[in-house]
Amino acid sequence: MKSFALIAVVLTGWLLLSAVSDFPDWGDTESPANDYRLSQHYITETFPETSVPNMVTAVLADYRGYDTMFETVVIFVAGIAIMSILRRKPLDHLKDKGKETRTYKKDPDLIIDTTCRLMIPIIQLFALYVVAHGHHSPGGGFQGGVIFGASFILLALSRDLQAAQRWVPEKRVLNLAGIGILIYSGFGFACMLLGSNFLDYEILHKIMPATPIEARSHSMLGVEIGVAFTCTAIMFSIYSNLASNGDMKETL
Amino acid sequence: MIWAFDLITLIFLVITAIISLQTKDLLSAAMIFGVYSFLMCLLWAGMAAVDVAFTESAVGAGVSAVFLIATVLRTTRRSSD
Repeated sequence: MKSFALIAVVLTGWLLLSAVSDFPDWGDTESPANDYRLSQHYITETFPETSVPNMVTAVLADYRGYDTMFETVVIFVAGIAIMSILRRKPLDHLKDKGKETRTYKKDPDLIIDTTCRLMIPIIQLFALYVVAHGHHSPGGGFQGGVIFGASFILLALSRDLQAAQRWVPEKRVLNLAGIGILIYSGFGFACMLLGSNFLDYEILHKIMPATPIEARSHSMLGVEIGVAFTCTAIMFSIYSNLASNGDMKETL
Repeated sequence: MIWAFDLITLIFLVITAIISLQTKDLLSAAMIFGVYSFLMCLLWAGMAAVDVAFTESAVGAGVSAVFLIATVLRTTRRSSD
């Protein structure tokens, strides 16, 4: 069986490597991806059409906004799936989690405690910057949300899971994850209510103090905030389910 | 992109990939997988795909390494095969 697998791996590898020579060079202006007029349109027209300097964010959140919305839904569904597999107690037992005696509390380590106390606010501030500045510089909702969730994971690692759950209890996590998708789709439905297509942000200038082109930029910031909500919540939810073996009590 | 930097990163990428598949200790395999993600992030940044590099460093090297380590500490540390 092992030799059969080796033959299959070698054959697949040979096939993939034999296709490498047909690739266009890195940064080749004549390659099919760069030659087609659509990429020219994105490069030259993104800023005049959307007033967003970061082309990647403009394509992700505006031109392909439908894609990104359902990517967020995929993250949401993944978090819910992990929770439904690993979670062991019903949600009703969690209401007075903060008042419960901490039987699993670890002895605080001075160095780890002080370092994390200093680092976590800076990480969170950086995450907020990444979200808020995502349409001007690299970053955006996904990255900022993951970094924000990672700051709570760091808190849970440095102390215990209860310390992090004081800030993001399980109920709030689920609410945040849903609210994120609601914000994103709310922008889409607001466009529909004003008489335009789903996620066609230009029409939102009627309810925003902005020109139609600036309305696209502001709406992109709005949907990125929605993505960041979902990512933050789901990242912490996955970690707390994995680390506590599903009962939200013990830490690693 | 500087070719020497590129070459060194790619060689380390292959080495970390092989080590993380071959090692029996799953905790170190998870750590080396994080190193693999970080090298991949350097490659993306070298190719001027900064958004992708950002995502790779946040999700690949940061959070998914923590997820893997949490899973290893909750299951078994030694690989049987």
